[in-house]
Amino acid sequence: MPDPVLEVRDLRVDFPGRHGTVTALDGVSLTLRPGEVLGVVGESGAGKSMTGLAIQGLLEPPGHIAGGEIHVNGRRIDNLPLRQMEKIRGREIGAIFQDPLTSLNPLFTVGAQLVETIRIHLDMTKAEARARAIDLLRQVGIPAPEDRVDHYPHQFSGGMRQRVVIALALSAEPRLIIADEPTTALDVSIQAQIIALLRRLCDDTGTAVMLVTHDMGVIAEAADRVAVMYAGRMVEIGEVRGVLRAPRHPYTQGLMGSIPALGHRVERLSQIDGAMPRLDAIPPGCAFNPRCPAVGPRCHIARPELAPAGASATACWIDQGGVA
Amino acid sequence: MLAFLIKRLSNAAMVMLAVSLMAFMIFRFVGDPVELMVNEQTTSEQRDELRERMGLNQPVLVQFARFVGNAVQGDFGISYRNQQSVMALIAERFPATMELVLLATLISLMVGVPLGVMTAIHRGKWYSEAVQFVSIIGVSLPSFVIGILLILAFAVTLGWLPAFGRGEVVDLGWWSTGLLTHSGRVALILPAIALSFYQITLVMRLVRAEMLETLRSDFVKFARARGVPAWRVHFRHALRNCLMPVVTMTAMNIGSLIAFALVTETVFQWPGMGLLFIQAVTFVDIPVMAAYLVIVSFIFVALNTIVDITYAVIDPRLRDANR
Repeated sequence: MPDPVLEVRDLRVDFPGRHGTVTALDGVSLTLRPGEVLGVVGESGAGKSMTGLAIQGLLEPPGHIAGGEIHVNGRRIDNLPLRQMEKIRGREIGAIFQDPLTSLNPLFTVGAQLVETIRIHLDMTKAEARARAIDLLRQVGIPAPEDRVDHYPHQFSGGMRQRVVIALALSAEPRLIIADEPTTALDVSIQAQIIALLRRLCDDTGTAVMLVTHDMGVIAEAADRVAVMYAGRMVEIGEVRGVLRAPRHPYTQGLMGSIPALGHRVERLSQIDGAMPRLDAIPPGCAFNPRCPAVGPRCHIARPELAPAGASATACWIDQGGVA
Repeated sequence: MLAFLIKRLSNAAMVMLAVSLMAFMIFRFVGDPVELMVNEQTTSEQRDELRERMGLNQPVLVQFARFVGNAVQGDFGISYRNQQSVMALIAERFPATMELVLLATLISLMVGVPLGVMTAIHRGKWYSEAVQFVSIIGVSLPSFVIGILLILAFAVTLGWLPAFGRGEVVDLGWWSTGLLTHSGRVALILPAIALSFYQITLVMRLVRAEMLETLRSDFVKFARARGVPAWRVHFRHALRNCLMPVVTMTAMNIGSLIAFALVTETVFQWPGMGLLFIQAVTFVDIPVMAAYLVIVSFIFVALNTIVDITYAVIDPRLRDANR
């Protein structure tokens, strides 16, 4: 097996505040291998995006990494000073943001932004960088890239802008891309195109993608493996097929049950009772215990760690000796 | 772009016409101009003759047309007080005010913008808070107090810089400048600093507020995520997006500075337009006041037009909207 591109071990992110410290991520671990797409799913506030930002060192102060390690291409990066982190962002970790309408600087042409990124990371002349910019635009499927390179972001449609963002993420050929809800702000008809594009680029170049989304459809379409997050913790991680068909963690089961399936008439979609706890009010033991249908006494006392269970890994006492 | 320019310029012309009407009304209807010009011994024949000579018997519209026609050629009539051409009086004073105002503006931008960026980036650090605090003093102290304090410190106590006047001036024919002589340059320093004090604070606070807003935007985060170095994110990506309000405010302030530099000019006995205007008010010298009104308005309108054009240069989205 090739060495992992990204390895996150026991990551913990704290937000100190006036009313004490809130732990936004707690014990998050994951690995990504070259060419692999890892979907990260969960409800809003589960810590999906936070995980991506923490890896890129882009947490908003006072938020900070309070524990654990992050390795990219075999090198530990969670403790690097800003100067060195700047060299890793874009070069080793490409980024795709949620809203292509706001992630491009409106005052510069897309070409200027591409050339800027390329020349920061690669030793190229302006002309070479421009040629590469045009080439990148072509790769992401923008028609007439020779003309479009000199256009401003507002002259592109939403889907086209997200393609530009992807081209920017690819500028310096990073081996890892963190895509934070890359299709959420787009029309449904465009979503599939963007996902297909990401998947294709990933297969062609061997780039690994961490795909943060709340859309199970996107996961099923594009991801190889999926990680399910809940209240800042990882509850299940495994092959997409396994997790989607036979989810093991009660929370994942609840998520799957709440998705309407084509061709099956269901009277009523099942739902998970209650709401995710606020991060400053996570119950002791398993964070899911107030909503869990299979809850037992042990769930209130001790917190289950992520451990192999069948083809995937879960953080649930059911798989680790029972809830009693 | 051309259509945009024409639209802007015709707008500007309309505003100027309206202002001239007001200046003309002051000229014509604030008291009887003839009464203001003559003394008690003048006979009524002489008065009628003067009235005839000044064209005051003609229809109002004709008079207004002539006023505008003369104004366009830079003729605002004769000052009541010293019987000189108003335009010559103003032309003599205008360069002094202009040099003072432009230098003050330059200082306020060169100090205010970096300070604004700095206090936004290092928000919460003790030195940012200190700058913020000092800037409050800058807003609350009236400029004549700052002027007097500066004179006390640098002219009286230390004796480094002159306390009043413009120093030696070089006449370039159409412009008299103090920038070419040493005494002219040092004389400019104190009044320019006094005038820029308040502006620095305004620019700094505006840049700071805009920067804080922009630094939160997605494209700044995305620039960071692309690996753009911090200084480049701040000064290229963020600052440029803050420039529009700064340009607007700076331009509007150049107008106000010209119009209201009179306090600083009085403190420093600066031979500028402000001083001229104060004297005109004291002596009810209507032609000077009318000319002053028209010229200051012209500067405002010209600056406004320049600002609109600058917008289009800074922001590509406006270029398209006007196409």
